Amino acid sequence: MDVLQLQRKLREHQAAMLREGFLDDQFSQLQKLQDESSPDFVIEVVKMFFDDSEKLLHNMTRALGQVPVDFKQVDAHVHQYKGSSASVGAARVKNVCATFRNFCETQNLEGCVRCLQQLQQEYSLLKNNLQYLFRLQEEIQAAGGSIPTIE
Amino acid sequence: MSLIHVVGFGLKVGHLLWVPCCLIVSFIYLNWFNCNLGINHNHNCSNNNKWKMGFLGDYDGKVWLNNWWEKNLGNTCKQYYYKYNSLRRSWWRKLWHAYVVFWIVISSSRFLHMSSEATEKRKESLVSLCDERARMLQDQFNVSMNHIQAMSILISTFHHAMDPSAIDQKTFARYTERTAFERPLTSGVAYAVRVLHSEREQFEKQQGWTIKRMDTLEQNPVQEDDFALEALEPSPIQEEYAPVIFAQETIKHVISVDVLSGKEDRQNVLRARESGKGVLTAPFRLLKTNRLGVILTFAVYKKELPSNATPDERIQATDGYLGGVFDIESLVEKLLQQLASKQSVIVNVYDTTNHTDPIAMYGSDVLGDEFYHVSTLNFGDPFRKHEMHCRFKQKPPWPWEAIHSSVGMLVIAVLIGYILYATVNRMFISEDNYNEQMELKKRAQAADVAKSQFLATVSHEIRTPMNGVLGMLNMLMDTDLDVTQQEYVRTAQGSGKALVSLINEVLDQAKIDSGKLELEAVVFDLRAILDDVLLLFSEKSQGKGVELAVYVSDEVPEQLIGDPGRFRQIITNLMGNSIKFTEKGHIFVTIHLVEEVVHSIEVEPQSTSKDTLSGYPVADIRRSWEGFKAFSQEGPLGSFSSPSSELVNLIVSVEDTGVGIPLEAQSRIFTPFMQVDPSISRKHGGTGIGLSISKCLVGRMNGEIGFVSIPNIGSTFTFTAVFTNGSPNSKEGRSQQINNQPHLASSEFHGTNALVIDPRPIRAKVSRYHLQRLDIRVELVSDLDQGLSLITNGNSAISIVFIEQEVWDRDSSISLHFVNNTRKVDPPKLFILVNSNSSFRASSVNSGDPFPVVITKPLKASMLAVTLQRAMGVGNRGNTRNVELPSLSLQHLLRGRRILVVDDNSVNRTVAAGALKKYGADVVCVSSGKDAISKLKPPHQFDACFMDIQMPEMDGFEATRRIRELEHMASIEASMDADGNNSKLRVPILAMTADVMQATNEECLKSGMDGYVSKPFEAEQLYREVSRFFPTS
Repeated sequence: MDVLQLQRKLREHQAAMLREGFLDDQFSQLQKLQDESSPDFVIEVVKMFFDDSEKLLHNMTRALGQVPVDFKQVDAHVHQYKGSSASVGAARVKNVCATFRNFCETQNLEGCVRCLQQLQQEYSLLKNNLQYLFRLQEEIQAAGGSIPTIE
Repeated sequence: MSLIHVVGFGLKVGHLLWVPCCLIVSFIYLNWFNCNLGINHNHNCSNNNKWKMGFLGDYDGKVWLNNWWEKNLGNTCKQYYYKYNSLRRSWWRKLWHAYVVFWIVISSSRFLHMSSEATEKRKESLVSLCDERARMLQDQFNVSMNHIQAMSILISTFHHAMDPSAIDQKTFARYTERTAFERPLTSGVAYAVRVLHSEREQFEKQQGWTIKRMDTLEQNPVQEDDFALEALEPSPIQEEYAPVIFAQETIKHVISVDVLSGKEDRQNVLRARESGKGVLTAPFRLLKTNRLGVILTFAVYKKELPSNATPDERIQATDGYLGGVFDIESLVEKLLQQLASKQSVIVNVYDTTNHTDPIAMYGSDVLGDEFYHVSTLNFGDPFRKHEMHCRFKQKPPWPWEAIHSSVGMLVIAVLIGYILYATVNRMFISEDNYNEQMELKKRAQAADVAKSQFLATVSHEIRTPMNGVLGMLNMLMDTDLDVTQQEYVRTAQGSGKALVSLINEVLDQAKIDSGKLELEAVVFDLRAILDDVLLLFSEKSQGKGVELAVYVSDEVPEQLIGDPGRFRQIITNLMGNSIKFTEKGHIFVTIHLVEEVVHSIEVEPQSTSKDTLSGYPVADIRRSWEGFKAFSQEGPLGSFSSPSSELVNLIVSVEDTGVGIPLEAQSRIFTPFMQVDPSISRKHGGTGIGLSISKCLVGRMNGEIGFVSIPNIGSTFTFTAVFTNGSPNSKEGRSQQINNQPHLASSEFHGTNALVIDPRPIRAKVSRYHLQRLDIRVELVSDLDQGLSLITNGNSAISIVFIEQEVWDRDSSISLHFVNNTRKVDPPKLFILVNSNSSFRASSVNSGDPFPVVITKPLKASMLAVTLQRAMGVGNRGNTRNVELPSLSLQHLLRGRRILVVDDNSVNRTVAAGALKKYGADVVCVSSGKDAISKLKPPHQFDACFMDIQMPEMDGFEATRRIRELEHMASIEASMDADGNNSKLRVPILAMTADVMQATNEECLKSGMDGYVSKPFEAEQLYREVSRFFPTS
């Protein structure tokens, strides 16, 4: 595929992700942090985020499965998750986390479970999208092009 | 009796002691009681405070538990207290009963004591009366007896010792008759001679009568007066006889009667001759008078006998017997008549020779007092015993004195006791009331706190999801929407924003209610804030065609220290209200120093009402501050004449030409949730607490707020506020300050001359104010002709001309003329100042080719600058430079700094580290509070530390506290070593937090942190915080 086409695709994809709220400005900031000294900064961070997410989602699932549910525990996990999602700019995940925390505060188990499901869904969506994004970037790099930055 | 006295005295003394004792005890009790009350009160208060603090403080479960404990503890204490109180009360009641009983006993004993005393006295007087009577009776009797004895001696001398006898019956009778006055008590005297049986015949012969018997006489002695002596039988033969030979006339009938023959008389006679003394018979009824009497008998002896003569000798020597009849009754009666108080005393005389059967001699059986006194009477006859009984005729009177005094005492004591008891009771009641009221007060306070808490919580809870809603709406706006959808979203967004602002207002009110509102003290630019506010309202005002203007006096310093947010809130509130209710005319905000205004009051006369921004009349601004206390104090300058340059007293007025406030609603305008009428809120929205909040805020800024409003003309709100001067040298520093403000880009216009053509001085002044802020020199003229002449003839080259729309539109030919003429010289740029785009567009069909630039009001320095730049082609690099400023500066600040990032979340850690590295910092990451402590040991290797707050095991606060402790110890050591290098001893620690709240900030500072940055980093905030620690050099 043509590099230009790939670059256009990448731009479009990233714009769509921003538009649809999967990502926010923080992700762009993250990309700006990436320079020659740390060429894989974004990917590293996002990988870390994926690991973290899976671990936390697992923990949340387990914590919500307990009887009785320790909402403080769940809340701590969600807080963690909210922090990391905010750091990478995963806006939708972050928003769901905010709602999740409200449910934790009111000890609404049903709401929590719903939020967890939502989180899992959002996470998988985000993951797919980001992976696609990275794949495009890799392809561009493989084709010898530069990765466009988004203003 | 003496015992009773002793007891009585004891009681009296006891009473005297008891009263002061009571007083002392009651005083001590009162004091103690008060102390107790005070302590209890304090306890309640402290408990209450704690409770309140707990309620408002935070949601920490532990604190709640603590509070619950304390509350419960307090309650149980109080229960104990109540119990104790009721116990004490019943104790008091018992004491009161005991007191009453005690006094009843005392007073009854006193009564008994007094009445017994009275009885005693009565008895004594009776005794003395009785004894006196007895003695007198005895004396009287003795006198009579002595007379009779004297007579017996007379008889023995003149009858027996003489022969022949010198006395016969006749003589005797006469003598006795004549000497009867000497014996008033004897009714008669008779003499009987002793005749032996052997001498009887001779004696009878000699006398001429026989000796007669007495028995029958005795049997019926009172039959008739004239009973015949002859009827009496002659005396039977006896051993001896004692016939009466002489008798007083009154008892002549007893002559010849043998006294020995009568049983009583015989006894009498025998005893008389044996004893040689006067002897009495038992009382009997006297013959004629039918009164009780006795007969006194004396023996007459032949010779004088020695006093120790035996009875036999006496019998032998007996010659005869003299008898006298005593009328005892009359004796006693006469005696009693001589004495006082005979009426009150009843006297009875008895012969008690026979103890078992006393014979009444005198006195009736009239009932009298039960108590009587007995005095023995001695009539000289040892055989006979007589007694006198005396008693009072009246029953003893009621012992009134005793009754009065004892009852009085009881009443007084009970009254005093009752006063004490009532006082104590009252005290209990008021104590109860006090407790009850404290309880109510506490409940009311709790309710108030709960209300505020509820409002705060609810507001907070609504705000969180609302942010989500607004965020989502924002995102939705960015998606592909058709026109209708966009309209819907915009409406939803608008509503959401309105809701959030309303919630903020409610939250503010709640904060004010709970006293938690705190003002900041930061440096801020007043003019910039007003520009912001103008921008906020410009759209609305333009839509309505209302002119909006701001004027800040030159005297007001550029930089002030205070709370810009709250100041802005007040102005926004007031302007928001004005915008709501103004359909035409203008809204004009002016800010002066109070000193200026005060001087203008003195100097300027009342300006004409025509001289306003839009030409519409307005309410007189001066009247809006009529009520201000600071103005009325000591003359016009009042408290503002203080020379202190540190404090800046601002007076801010918001003047509108709206509908005004109805007179009847003006009084409650500052009441929360109050609106002029319900339809307002339907029409304009709002909660009606804006003004109330503004008033509170103004109060917090040490200012006052007031207003004047005339219906259908307009309202003017004025408030004062006190700030601190932020610019070190206000006058000189001002122009420099403006230059330093990059966004105004004023330096570009330095030295430019401008002309403002405006017939209204006030409006022109506003325009000049804004232009001057851009460092443009401004000339004011009122019409185009003047302007033209100034441009063509003036010394200074005018490069910009601002023309009011009104002037421009008045006559297009003049305008055209003006344009054409100005073009002749160096053509200045023309700007038309219009109120709203629409209004101008309609009339601006102008054919002139260099069409003047239209500037839509409200004027703002920044907007003016941009427009001027664009129109005059001045470079506009300023803006781009500004955006880059923080990040560039950050690089400058952070390059080469060693920074420790502490976060347990690997993603966050990496991102933060990445961001800091980007700015050139040397970053080290650790993942827990403990690691951070081990890394941060003084002297420090790091220049700064960014610490996450929420971490497992040890959170950011705790870690910071520990680090600060270590630093503290190190600094003590360092000071001992006198090592001057302190910079390595304290590392700046900044918190990284996702949710930035006031509480978090306070907590940060409390645990020794130096500030906080939000996560993920915002360049501007990061710059602000970091620049505090790293000097730019």
